[in-house]
Parts: sequence; structure tokens; C-alpha cells
Amino acid sequence: MTPCSGWGRVNPRPVHTHVARDGQALAALAQLPHGLIARGLGRSYGDSAVADHVVAMQGLDWLQSWDPATGVLACAAGLSLDALLAFVVPQGWFLPVTPGSRFVTVGGAVASDVHGKNHHLHGTLGQHVLALDMCLGNGERVTASPTAHADLFAATCGGMGLTGIIESVRLQLQPVASSQMQVTQHRAPHLEALLEAFAVHAHATYSVAWLDAWSPAPRLGRGVLMVGEHAATGPLQWRAPRTWTVPFDMPPALLGAPLLRAFNAWTYARARPGAGVQDLIPYFYPLDALAQWNRLYGRRGFYQYQFVVPPEGAAAVLRRVLQAIQEARVPPLLAVLKAFGPANAHPLSFPMAGYTLALDFAASEAALALMNTLDDWVHNAGGRVYLTKDARLSARHFRQGYPQWEAFEAVRTKYHAVGRFASHQSRRLGLA
Amino acid sequence: MKFVVIIGATSAMAQHAARLWASRGDRLLLLGRNPSVLQALAQDCRLRGAAQVDHMAHDLNDVPHWQQVLDAALADAPAVDAVLLAYGVLPQADTVNHDWAALEASLHTNLVAPLGHLAWWANRLQAQGRGTLAAIGSVAGDRGRASNYAYGAAKSGLATYLQGLRQRLYRHGVTVLTIKPGWVDTPMTADIDKNALFAAPERVARDIVRAIDQGRTQLYTPWFWAGIMVVVRAIPERVFRRLSL
Repeated sequence: MTPCSGWGRVNPRPVHTHVARDGQALAALAQLPHGLIARGLGRSYGDSAVADHVVAMQGLDWLQSWDPATGVLACAAGLSLDALLAFVVPQGWFLPVTPGSRFVTVGGAVASDVHGKNHHLHGTLGQHVLALDMCLGNGERVTASPTAHADLFAATCGGMGLTGIIESVRLQLQPVASSQMQVTQHRAPHLEALLEAFAVHAHATYSVAWLDAWSPAPRLGRGVLMVGEHAATGPLQWRAPRTWTVPFDMPPALLGAPLLRAFNAWTYARARPGAGVQDLIPYFYPLDALAQWNRLYGRRGFYQYQFVVPPEGAAAVLRRVLQAIQEARVPPLLAVLKAFGPANAHPLSFPMAGYTLALDFAASEAALALMNTLDDWVHNAGGRVYLTKDARLSARHFRQGYPQWEAFEAVRTKYHAVGRFASHQSRRLGLA
Repeated sequence: MKFVVIIGATSAMAQHAARLWASRGDRLLLLGRNPSVLQALAQDCRLRGAAQVDHMAHDLNDVPHWQQVLDAALADAPAVDAVLLAYGVLPQADTVNHDWAALEASLHTNLVAPLGHLAWWANRLQAQGRGTLAAIGSVAGDRGRASNYAYGAAKSGLATYLQGLRQRLYRHGVTVLTIKPGWVDTPMTADIDKNALFAAPERVARDIVRAIDQGRTQLYTPWFWAGIMVVVRAIPERVFRRLSL
């Protein structure tokens, strides 16, 4: 029993870790009366992979099949995206959808139905999954796909590990001609200009904006939109860059408002409009270059608050959120804005048409109070909060934001998941 | 193309080493206890480009069985370039302090059976007149500590045995490598709170493959454990006994 938490490191709790070496062992664990949750590389921010009992998945990390002609890959669910990419990129293939860290497991990425900078065109990772081998709460092992056990498949993509244990994943990759990216930056002097820039560049494959959440009006919500395309020519290689490690917990005062103001001003100023070429790794995974960067926030940890609001009225909500942050004097060290495409049919999948904003807050009472206020605005606007980042959402707001939760629970009942798969998060959200 | 044999191939470090050899196009023979894990690993290695992958499953503690089946299985096989012995258990200290059967079982797994495997392979490599015999020991074998001295005693015995083998086989062109990992983030240590000294098994595997390539005789991995153990070994016993390490 060692204290364990999510990537945000708030509220560590004792966890008993079980190790399974194969499917049979997983099936035995899945039937334990106390229930458990699968845990991969521990990159979800809150308590979605924390429970009294967890099963460690990262040892189940084998490639199972690979067709370099069609780009269809099957692997055990504990394989990291990093290991997957190291294998396929030199052969001219890339993930169809990638989150902002490559140090997550394939199974965890499916359970979070992760999105990337191409969501507006290509949807979530779950929309590119061909099949999942799963271990259910009665020990049965089934294959779920868009055509077989389709209800289980849909609920599992974004289902936070609560429908069963994902054992292996069959995935359609996308071909790339080069491991380089063609990147263009566009500065926007305020929020309205930034939202307009997303609309103007809606055809671009990848788009995401860094946002200065600390600058007041008239520069409120200024930012830099970064759009990218896979380069048509160039080398095909996977070279992990040198990484630096944050060696210990930083003093919490370090990352206060003055440093943030200076950092934001510098980031905005150095973002020269124009195009350039960048390697895949720094383009998609900039934060992975700093191992254990969660220590930057000190021993108390941090929260990431990521929400989405529908396009109509989004500008007003975003403006109000930024003003509230500044009035509360809770500096968000990172603020990332992205325009989403339409939602999919997975009942607990986060993305929906609109704008998503992700904010990092050092853990504090003020930050918690602020997020509680933001919850009301986000949900009243018809939006919702990303469960993979969440450590504190209420059951009431969860039900409001994810109206298909009852359909999700029905699938869990049907497939023997109730009482077998649960996390501290699922209990907090009022799931059975 | 090399021909590499891994005894205890399903341990985390061994699995990553196997993948490195596989991606170089080497031929692998994987020995272990769990047939489904061996099968999964063998398939993974084939996809990564291994020239040929075979696997055999049986309890590794049953040394006579292995000697028998390997005699038959390797009768027509080509010379083996490297043998990596990579298995062991980390017993619960409070269990082996009170339970003789548990102590005996852990010593059999960590010392007696590995010596049996090494003895058989030493003879084979000596007859070939070349090759590398590598075994995973531990920094825990460098000095006994209150927290895991039963494990340390076994690993220390293994290291001493390897020293002797190294001298014996040197004149026959065979290299013997003692690998001493520090703390590695594996299923064996799943329940231990990880600190900054814990290394990823991928990294340890890279060091092992390189050390075998280079014909080294001793490897601390990650490298900083060499320095740590110089200090740990240098502390006088009168002082060391008071410490809680």
C-alpha cells in the first residue's frame, strides 16, 4: 500500500497495486469482490486511475500484429504511445489522433477517448479503433468493435476504464510521408481575433492555440494559433530528443503571477508570424521534453481544468472565465485553446462542437473555489469538463455535462461492470 | 545475425533486451515459465524483425528438466553468441525472516537454480570456444542490508560464482558479464514507492545489450550505481551497522 495519485499529484491515497502477466490473470483480478481500476502510466491528472485496488497495465505491452501495407496495428493495451511511435514512424505511419503526451498507454488513451490538434477534422482516437479485446467483470473475455458488442465498444471509448479492462487494441494508423511538420504561427491580439483565426484556419489538419490568460483587456485572451501539416517530403525517423528531469518539488511560490506575466509576454513576443519546419516530437509533445514536470507545482500538486462550451455564446463564456481567473488572482500557468469538431456517439466522450480551454492551476483553496464557479458557467452554457483531467467535479455537474450517463450505466450493468470496476473518480461522480 | 538465449525471458528487463536484439534482426531462444507471456513476447519480437524466435516454457527452478530438453533442442543449433540469465524474485523481508520454507524457496530461485543453468551453459560455451554468458545480479549483492539481506546473499553468491566462471572460461574465449542493476521500475517493485533513483527497464535493457556488445565483465546500471556502491562498500562495518539503508 503506497500513496498514489494522478499526474496532478493532489490528494494521494493508499493503493494496492496488482500485477497481471496475461489475460488469464487479468480475468481473475477482474472478478475480485472489492473492485478495481486499470492503471497505465498514471498520466490522467486526477483520480480516474486511482482506487483502493488498481491493476498495473504497463507490463502488458506487446505488439500483436502489424501490416505495413494497410497500417493496421494490434497491441496489448499497456504499450505506450512512445513505444508504438518508435516502431511505426520509421515505416511511414503515425497515430491518427494523438494527445499531448506520448507517455500514455494505448489502453488509457482509448479509455479517455483522447483528442488531438486535428479533432475538428478527424475526431477522437476511439473513432479510429477497429476492435478492443476486453476482460469483463465476470471474467469473460470478449472482442468489442463498432459492429460486435457495439454498445460496449462505444461505452468503453471514453469510459474511463469503468466498463471492463481493455486488454488489447486494434488500430488504424495514418500514413505520413515524413516525420517532420510544416508549422505556421499566427498571433492574435485578443480573444475575438483568436477565435476568428480558428475559423479562418478550419481547413488546416492540426490547430491549437497558446493563450495568455493573464493579460487584461483590451488584450484579454490574446494568443498564438499554431497550425500544422505533415510535411510532404523529408526524413522518416524517430529520434527521441534529450529530456530534462525536474529533480524535486519546486517551491510553490516559484511559479507565481510575476513570473507568469513575464513568461507570457515573452512567449507572445517571440511568436513570429510565419512558417517553419519542426520534428514530430517537439511539435506534438513539447511538455514530454521535461520529465516529471508535475513537480514544478510543488508538493501540493496542481489541477488541470479543461472544459468545452458550444460555439454559440462561447466567446462570452471564455471572456467571463478569463476575467474571473484574473479577478480571483489564480494564475493559470498553462492555457491552451482549441476548436473542436462534432461530438461522437461514445456516451462519455468529452469533445463536442465548440471551443475547449485547458488551464493549469497550482493546488490551492482559491483555485478550488474558482473551478467550482467555472463549473456553473460551463454547464449552464451546455458545456462539460474533461474527466481525464478532473480531480474534483461534482456528481451534479457530471450528470448535467454527460447526459448519456444513464445509457453508460445501462451498458455497465449489461456487461457485469458494476461493482467490479470503479475509481475514486467514478464513486465521486455517483456512478455505480 | 547473433543467436541469443534468454533464461527468464519474461522479466521486464529481459523483455526489453529481447526487443532490442529482435529489432537488430537477431535470432532468439526465449526460456521462461509462463507460456502465454512467452508467446506474446515471441510474436512481438518477430514483428520487430527477429530472424527467428523460439520459446520453451517450464518452471525455471526445475534445472534437470531444462538440461534434458536443451540437450535435445540445441543438438543441431548453431553456436550461441550470448546467454542472458534474467530471473529472480524479491522476497518480502519479514516473510523470509520467519518462514524457513519461503527463505529456502527464494534461495532456490535466486541462487541454486541460476547456478544450475549457468553451469550447463558454461560447459556449452566452453565447448564452442566463444560467446558471452551474462547474468543479472543486483547492487543488493554488494553489501548486506537489513531490508533485503536474504535476496542480497543470493545475489552475492551469484556474483561470486560468475567471478569464478569468468576466470575459468577466459582461456576458452568466453566472456562472463555480471550485471548489477539498481532499483528498476518493474512488476517486482510494483508496490514500492518510486524515487528518483528508479530506472526504467528499457534503459537497463539498453545498457545490458551494449555491455554484451562491448565484451564487458561488469555492469552497474544505471551508471551512477557504480559510484553509490563504492561509497556503500567503503563504510566501515562499525558505522554501517547503525545505518538504516
